[in-house]
Amino acid sequence: MSLRSDLGRVRGLGSAQNGTAHWWAQRVTAIALIPLSLWFIYSAVTLVGIDRAGFKIWLNAPGSILLMTLFVIALFYHMQLGLQVVIEDYVHNERNKIVSLLLNKLVAVFFAVSSIIALIKVAFGG
Amino acid sequence: MSTGNRPLSPHLQVYKPQITSVLSIFHRFTGVGLAVGALMLAYWLNAAAYGPEAFERTQAFLAHWFGKLLLFGWTWALLYHLCNGIRHMFWDAGLGLELPQVRASGWFVYIASVVLTLLAWTAGYGMLGGSY
Repeated sequence: MSLRSDLGRVRGLGSAQNGTAHWWAQRVTAIALIPLSLWFIYSAVTLVGIDRAGFKIWLNAPGSILLMTLFVIALFYHMQLGLQVVIEDYVHNERNKIVSLLLNKLVAVFFAVSSIIALIKVAFGG
Repeated sequence: MSTGNRPLSPHLQVYKPQITSVLSIFHRFTGVGLAVGALMLAYWLNAAAYGPEAFERTQAFLAHWFGKLLLFGWTWALLYHLCNGIRHMFWDAGLGLELPQVRASGWFVYIASVVLTLLAWTAGYGMLGGSY
């Protein structure tokens, strides 16, 4: 007979050993991405064929850099969460799985941070 | 772990494709495709940070027919993933889980994603494009 409580027994189960945290983060970023994606598509439509000077003017318009930064954060976070599930589903070799999951996180952070720095450079740089 | 002589589940191709299963795998395909699109977005922003020439080259690539094809695919993928994601949220809330409703919402999501994509492209290359 086990003396562990039901909660203690199920806590930490699941393919990623982190319970509902992943599922919840995926929903939070998804909800954030509904308005942000629609705004991004609208913006992309107005930016077709833009040159860099025009892009800088657009980025300095009220709200642009704020919404672009939020979009980039939510996008790469959501991307990392989604790709993690794909890796967990299809990569069965334990070593390959851990390496893929690690790379997935590092690549997502790298591209998110480099995008945000690029936005700041264009908006405030020369 | 020994998988020995256990019976295997039938392979995917023995099942008849249905709107439910096809849209489900589309959600994953578009998600993976959008991950590539996210890298393109990061490249585009970094090109702008690098300088006018780098940005010009990236814009020229995107204006080429192949670049346009990619952008068209990403537009549909984003709108499909967005619409189907909202469908998933209704399911999370316990709504629309009866099979006829699931099929109807599936067709609605599919048609909405196509219509919105065509709208965005008509707007982008018709009226609004290049207004900055």
